[in-house]
Amino acid sequence: MLEVVGLSKSYGTGASATHAVQCLEFAVEELEFVGIVGPSGAGKTTLLKCMAGLLAPTSGQTLLRGKPVTGPPPELAVVFQDYSRSLFAWMTVRRNVLLPLTNKPEIRDPARVADEALAAVGLKGFEEHYPWQLSGGMQQRVAIARALAYQPKVLLMDEPFASVDAQTRAELEDLVLRVREQFGVTIVLVTHDIDEAVYMSDRVVILSRPPSTVQEILPIDLPRPRDQVDTKALPEFASLRARIYEAIMQPAAAAGV
Amino acid sequence: MTRSRLRWFSVEVGATAIIIALLWAYTSSNESYAVAPLGDVLEAFRATWLFEHVGSDVVPSLVRMTLGYAAAIAIGVAGGFLLGSSAVVNAVASPVVGFLRSIPAAALLPPAIVLFGIGGGTKVAVIAFVCCWPIMLNTSDGVRELDSTMLATARVYGIRGLQRFRLVVLPAVSPRIFAGMRTSLSIAILLLVTSEMIASTNGIGYFVFQAQQQFSVDDMWAGVLLLGLLGFTLNLAFGAVERRVLHWNARDDRSK
Repeated sequence: MLEVVGLSKSYGTGASATHAVQCLEFAVEELEFVGIVGPSGAGKTTLLKCMAGLLAPTSGQTLLRGKPVTGPPPELAVVFQDYSRSLFAWMTVRRNVLLPLTNKPEIRDPARVADEALAAVGLKGFEEHYPWQLSGGMQQRVAIARALAYQPKVLLMDEPFASVDAQTRAELEDLVLRVREQFGVTIVLVTHDIDEAVYMSDRVVILSRPPSTVQEILPIDLPRPRDQVDTKALPEFASLRARIYEAIMQPAAAAGV
Repeated sequence: MTRSRLRWFSVEVGATAIIIALLWAYTSSNESYAVAPLGDVLEAFRATWLFEHVGSDVVPSLVRMTLGYAAAIAIGVAGGFLLGSSAVVNAVASPVVGFLRSIPAAALLPPAIVLFGIGGGTKVAVIAFVCCWPIMLNTSDGVRELDSTMLATARVYGIRGLQRFRLVVLPAVSPRIFAGMRTSLSIAILLLVTSEMIASTNGIGYFVFQAQQQFSVDDMWAGVLLLGLLGFTLNLAFGAVERRVLHWNARDDRSK
């Protein structure tokens, strides 16, 4: 579905260049949920922007269904961490969700699609509100609804729950797992939260310290549907989380290629 | 909320009434010929501005100001987008812009009269020229500060071209445009009056200046009163339009 092939990204040139990510290589299967974790500064967001076609890699490429990504493809949506800046403050919730649909002629009934997406994230009745009238968690729900209504094949999420409180975070995690089934979408989630990566993913890609490489790809064989209490109480959950933690905390030298 | 609002409103009305009463008492008892009694000024106001000189002086003034201000908005917004979108244009133009906007507004009147004569066009041109800078600079700052996450969102969802400008970029910059327009509005009124005093055959500024020249102190003060009321009304109207257009931006001053 989505392949990252020898992807490198450096900022600047010559001796002063910073190499954010180097020769990354992994693939995301159709309908899979892949988490990407790594120590802070590991270039997780850089990777996600390259995958989304928002940033041109220095070398290598991303393939979406075999086609190189050179700009944001129409089959792809992104949910950013900062909902307050990614939602258009001058539009109502409904207009925010509707606007991207004007560029998707194959969606024949945009109004219905938008309202269904808003209902799916629990925002029925808030269609005519403005973003500033909603709490942070609700604003991020709008951003998620907007992404779902766009009917993407791939949904990239960049630390989507980092700016909301812990309880809202758990609610939104479960919401995403639920709507993923309903909308049939492949998801790549960048997060700094190891628990969250294990809880949500089918596989977790662990990046090393910068210049980051793929250190390990860990399958998460926990049963679905997952549950905030039961899943997290499983001994396998604890051992997976410990493994990722150890991998991330390894000294820089050992993490080298 | 409404109760405390009502209380503040009554304080405002009360304070205004007291100030008017004090002014009335002071001006009535003052011997100086320059200080006209408020009653006489109000009488002159009624005789002049309700509505004898409206067509001959108020309307020309308002037309000049409206045309000049509208031109300033058009030039300022267009120029601001140009400066804000291109680092090259900005680098080339910013010394020139910095110089032109630094010329004291009134200093432009003599050369403008030489260039364009004393007709209405001169005033319109001067108002447009001086008022476009605050709008232009605010707009270009707004364009330069456009949020990268917001632009990335637009890109991801295929919002580009005219749609991107109309529905994303322009609304995002509009609070800055309005900030520039607010500054320019005061300058426009100031310039209107100054230019009418220096070079005109009608207009409110011309009327005030003529009244002073002919020692009709009541008329002079009545003209000043009208200009004050005019500025006050224009600011109120501007605020109302701004609140309506930027209603989504209300979170900053929800106390109002």
